[in-house]
Amino acid sequence: MTTDASPASRPQALPPTQPQASPLRRFVAALARWVIITGAGVLTGVRAVWGSTGPSADQTVYFANHSSHGDFVLLWATLPADLRTLTRPVAGEDYWDRSPLRRFIGADVFNALMIRRETQTNSFPAGDPLAQLSAALKAGDSLIIFPEGTRNTGDAVLLPLKSGIYHLSKSFSQVRFVPVWIENLKRVLPKGTFLPIPLACSVRFGAPLKWVPQEDKKLFLQRASQALLDLRPEYDREAELPLAASLPSESAAHAIDEPGADA
Amino acid sequence: MNADDFFHLFTPTGWLFVGVTGVLVLASSIAAVLKWRVAHGAPHAVIDNLISRINAWWVMVGTIGLAFLFGKNGVVVLFFLISFHALREFLSLAYTRRGDYTAMAAAFYLALPMQYFLVWTEWYGLYSIFIPVYAFLLLPILAATGGDTQRFLERTAKVQWGLMVSVFCISHVPALLTLPVIGFEGKNMLLIAFLVIVVQGSDVLQYIWGKLLGKRKVAPVLSPSKTWEGLIGGVTSATLLGAALSGITPFAPLQAAGMALLICLMGFFGGLVMSAIKRDRGVKDWGSMIEGHGGMLDRTDSVIFAAPVFFHAVRYWWVP
Repeated sequence: MTTDASPASRPQALPPTQPQASPLRRFVAALARWVIITGAGVLTGVRAVWGSTGPSADQTVYFANHSSHGDFVLLWATLPADLRTLTRPVAGEDYWDRSPLRRFIGADVFNALMIRRETQTNSFPAGDPLAQLSAALKAGDSLIIFPEGTRNTGDAVLLPLKSGIYHLSKSFSQVRFVPVWIENLKRVLPKGTFLPIPLACSVRFGAPLKWVPQEDKKLFLQRASQALLDLRPEYDREAELPLAASLPSESAAHAIDEPGADA
Repeated sequence: MNADDFFHLFTPTGWLFVGVTGVLVLASSIAAVLKWRVAHGAPHAVIDNLISRINAWWVMVGTIGLAFLFGKNGVVVLFFLISFHALREFLSLAYTRRGDYTAMAAAFYLALPMQYFLVWTEWYGLYSIFIPVYAFLLLPILAATGGDTQRFLERTAKVQWGLMVSVFCISHVPALLTLPVIGFEGKNMLLIAFLVIVVQGSDVLQYIWGKLLGKRKVAPVLSPSKTWEGLIGGVTSATLLGAALSGITPFAPLQAAGMALLICLMGFFGGLVMSAIKRDRGVKDWGSMIEGHGGMLDRTDSVIFAAPVFFHAVRYWWVP
């Protein structure tokens, strides 16, 4: 946790573009949102399955398995409309800042929280993603994060979770950490393909993680992984392959993954 | 709508819809009385399920009626959409891997539209073999180029099965419009009506007989809700229903009864086979599209098995 980093290394989040965006830009963004949500629904017939707790407007970090570029779109699209405006997907600046169209989609359409990776990529200087996430949570935003740290394109059901989510949960005990399992999307749009296959997807929201004081990092990450795995539909458990590795990684290099960062 | 169009509705097809609507009104009334007298307005699992089933029937009959109004184009588009949903449900539950991407893309974007295009152009010589021959051979070729041999035969077979049941078999319903039955020109829509009413009527009647008298299970492992009483009662009454409908078909009453019996038996076994696949996969329903009915495949499993056999029986005996 390095929230007290020196100002020089302090990452500069993109200024929020929403307030000063022109009416036309806002209108196109709203239209694009509608097209994306409708398209995702038609293509995947996506169904939200809420656990016993149901949706809540309280500040929430949704953490989900990450196997496709479409993950955050689907998760975001299945949130009730009023929660959607409160919830920001976390995205990699190095990917989303690369062209005006990406900037528009990332910032205007999804109001994504652009973060910089801890390590330097391409022309982007290193940043401090945790500090940016903390700042957003302090400001009252709800967030969508993918704690596996990278897109899971292999056979493993779930990759070991990175430790960023643990640090966040420690600093923000009042925020709900809701596990979300996104089913089937990996098959709709596998890595390196452009034409989506219309398969039925579901987004399953679990009960928020209980906050345990002074919990050890390893235990917390195990609990969070298990909460994700428990959300899988029954029929998906039989064909599965064993976890790649069950030990949580120590590295915080990719504390939180950026959707689309490795495209 | 001018007066001619209005009277055009009162062709046999129009009257059929009037009759079906009457049955639905009756069913909804009975359900409302049950809800009031038996359940006293309180939630009741069986009655509420019955009501949502009947409501879904209203939607389904409305959709088919709308498609019929648009003639052949409407029917082809409707069954294309049904096939799309069915294929999506089937492949969503099938185990596939990254290497199956091209095969699945070909199934959705090539085979599905192509099959319905061929039916629309009435090219019997090709639509009757396009999927069983060409898609059957192309899909494993595409899967092989994926370079992944793990569970290869199983994965390939599942995509092929998906196309056969969801697209090939279902497309035989609109294909009934292409059969030149002597003395029945321009009335082929009634063949579809006969097939759908008898198959779905048989499902409903089996359900009713089973609920009223059902005791001995036919296939306890595959489908615990199917009973001998339901099967015999349902198939017998649906066969009689088919005979009663002979007036709207090119069949004599006895022939209509025979056709109806054939359709009912194929429909029953279709339900069993599709149940076996669901059991194997560990799910109760194929999907959650139609409230009270599950998914598209749950509602069409009997039509899937009945349609091609009905099609070829009509073609063999009634088309010169």
